[in-house]
Amino acid sequence: MSKLNALMGWVDDRLPVTQTYEKHMSKYYAPKNFNFWYFFGVISMLMLVNQILSGIWLTMNFTPSSEAAFASVEYIMRDVEWGWLIRYMHSTGATFFFVAVYLHMMRALLYGSYQKPRELIWIFGMLIYLLLMAEAFMGYVLPWGQMSYWGAQVIISLFGVIPFGIGDALVEWVRGDFLISGATLNRFFALHVIALPLVIVALVVMHLLALHEVGSNNPDGVDIKKHKDEQGKPLDGVPFHPYYTVHDMVGIVVFLMVFCSVMFFMPEGGGFMLEYANFEPANGLKTPEHIAPVWYFGAFYAILRAIPDKLMGVVAMGGAIAILFVLPWLDKSPVRSWRYKGWISKIFIVVFAIAFVLLTWLGTQPATDLNTLLARVSSVIYFGFFLLMPIYTKIEKTKPVPERVTGGH
Amino acid sequence: MSQDGVNKGRRTLLVGATAAVGAVGAGFVAVPFVKSWNPSEKAKAAGAPAKVDVSKIEPGAMLTAEWRGKPVYIARRTEEALATLPALNDRLKDPENSVKDQQPAYADNINRSRKPELIVLLGVCTHLGCAPKYFAEVKPEPFDADWKGGWFCPCHGSRFDLSGRVFNGSPASTNLVVPPYSYESENVVIIGVDEENA
Amino acid sequence: MKKLFIFLAAMVPAIAAAAGGSHIHLDEHKTDLHDTASLQRGAKVYMNYCMGCHSLEHARYNRVARDLDIPEELMMENLVFPDKKIGELMSNAMRKEDGKAWFGATPPDLTLVARVRRPDWLYTYLRSFYEDPSRPWGVNNAVFKDVGMPHVLAGLQGRQVKGTAQVAVGHDTLTGQEITEEKEGVLYLAEEGSLSAAEYDKLVFDLVNFLTYVAEPIAVERQRIGWWVLLFLAIFFVPVYMLNKEMWRDIK
Repeated sequence: MSKLNALMGWVDDRLPVTQTYEKHMSKYYAPKNFNFWYFFGVISMLMLVNQILSGIWLTMNFTPSSEAAFASVEYIMRDVEWGWLIRYMHSTGATFFFVAVYLHMMRALLYGSYQKPRELIWIFGMLIYLLLMAEAFMGYVLPWGQMSYWGAQVIISLFGVIPFGIGDALVEWVRGDFLISGATLNRFFALHVIALPLVIVALVVMHLLALHEVGSNNPDGVDIKKHKDEQGKPLDGVPFHPYYTVHDMVGIVVFLMVFCSVMFFMPEGGGFMLEYANFEPANGLKTPEHIAPVWYFGAFYAILRAIPDKLMGVVAMGGAIAILFVLPWLDKSPVRSWRYKGWISKIFIVVFAIAFVLLTWLGTQPATDLNTLLARVSSVIYFGFFLLMPIYTKIEKTKPVPERVTGGH
Repeated sequence: MSQDGVNKGRRTLLVGATAAVGAVGAGFVAVPFVKSWNPSEKAKAAGAPAKVDVSKIEPGAMLTAEWRGKPVYIARRTEEALATLPALNDRLKDPENSVKDQQPAYADNINRSRKPELIVLLGVCTHLGCAPKYFAEVKPEPFDADWKGGWFCPCHGSRFDLSGRVFNGSPASTNLVVPPYSYESENVVIIGVDEENA
Repeated sequence: MKKLFIFLAAMVPAIAAAAGGSHIHLDEHKTDLHDTASLQRGAKVYMNYCMGCHSLEHARYNRVARDLDIPEELMMENLVFPDKKIGELMSNAMRKEDGKAWFGATPPDLTLVARVRRPDWLYTYLRSFYEDPSRPWGVNNAVFKDVGMPHVLAGLQGRQVKGTAQVAVGHDTLTGQEITEEKEGVLYLAEEGSLSAAEYDKLVFDLVNFLTYVAEPIAVERQRIGWWVLLFLAIFFVPVYMLNKEMWRDIK
């Protein structure tokens, strides 16, 4: 054993391995009252690893040309040993990545994890979310099915709303051609495989470093660093390793059961994960009856469609994402967690969540009159949640926040 | 936090159990990734046996077929040509097929074939992989004043006799490879299949 | 309007006239990928009637043979055209330009059609051709309006027309007699083909079963493995859960 210690000593003299391990794992004190909502950060990381591993392996057999892309996916599904599983890991993984990310963001909303001093963690998180959406969008184009093609057509043409001729030039520049073509596919492949993943991983590292700098929040929104023992350790904190490493393993195993159930028994997700139209090769001359984005873009797509004007629709869609960035400055509440906020906040959070889920679903459905009405109402609720927040968080009566965390284990 | 002896033992057991089952799981997860590197169905189909009709090959002539992306030389030797083979032994590096990897058991003879007249060889020079050229005629050649027929590799000058055996003085050190093959019928040779892997 | 009293095999779809667009009633296809005999029959129907125009260019003969328990020699003899090898992809000889010229649209490759259209649609479509002199091939389809495809299986099904007919809507609970109603825009068989209505439905069932298999050949295996994976995770859960509980005993 002392040989190992000697080796570690040699390494530590040259690279701060032990010090880093202690700072971020064995001596990083996290609040002891984490609940179910606190699994989704590590699950998001798990899904990132899943996408990268399965993605690298798919790249070994995928051909990013408009002539061969579609066939190469079927080649992976049929002719490459276990290729079908690697493909389903990637497609199912995309959906579960967004499930985890949305639930992770919801946790932040519930417990005020974006409030001072964690605004930068939130900003990094929002940047990750934005890039993840771009990554997922480009990834979906690669199989070159009907939905790949026409989804790209619709979304890229949105850039065209920018006036003074800039929009059209921008659309052509992004496409690399006069229409969506192999040029678009090939560059999306490059961005999807290496460019965006590198930036996303870098942002995740920043996200975690920013978190560890100030310490984790908790469901009560209490600052555990206020009450420390003689050795300077927070009374309500536990070392991340081993307590949350083993705790997270439980969450991960349960998550994997759900993930594998879907992957092995319904990989198409009823048409929401692998859309039926995408099993048809891209055909620029034949528009599918019903162009729908994959479910995780549904909310923003529904907001886009809800506005009758094309330019304003794009502005609204962009605004819906942009407003998330400034959330830390909209919340004027003196308390962090919704457990101690006033009833207006509580109602708004619940109604907002319902509206977001409804918008997500509406984005995948045809724009009937009823659906459009529902989308408009939900959009108003969505924006109202944010725009009215400076007011209702200031005027509402909050409950007294305890000094020490409640619940715990 | 005090821990009594029972606790510690239990913890070690549980850590061990978790690690063990986890390692098994990790092994299972690794399987698809590793196995996906194996030759795909497309590769296996391309590598499938090739059937060749040999009936039209004239005595002294050679036909080039393809198997697993490589050229396969099928030559029909005359009786006289076969008779010259033993006399060449002194000029060859491996006249007795001592390197067993270069031919299947049924080709381990002076004719290096199942039936004497037809020879099946991989057209890949055993030096660095060029395709040797067929020089059937028995006449002096620039590369060999006493040429009795066979193959000459233009890349670095290796020479092989009509049984694909390598001459002394060649950069190549082993005889040309005889691939697995068998006769489906009198006129049809199937390359890639012999009884051992039929 | 002809008024015909007909015995409807339950399978004849009661489809409203074309007004409905995307909400056409589809008959259920009870897909059974474990019924190897059905898949074999379906493969045979496909090779005999469909392959001429519709390739299966992502599938391989040897994979179909293996999955359907057909020995390779039998596969080569009965289901593979002579110029193909057992390991090859199941393409056909029709050139895309020719197909487009002859049919108005190139007959599409059908390897994945069961994942695009779904089995219920395919099952109903293949049984919903009806006579229509205004169309180039003399037939139209109640599920796919103005389709460019001729009714290849007409000889087997017989002559189906769209018109007014008595349709079975239930049974009289007292007498057990069938109650019928006159409906417009209904498809019915004016002339039987070489197969009875029930036999034809079975043939189409087998064909759609095969198409569902070929769209995702790994489906059955995927589910089989899935059960083992879930079992493993359930087992793995035990030490993981117990370890967590044990560690957190330290924390008040």
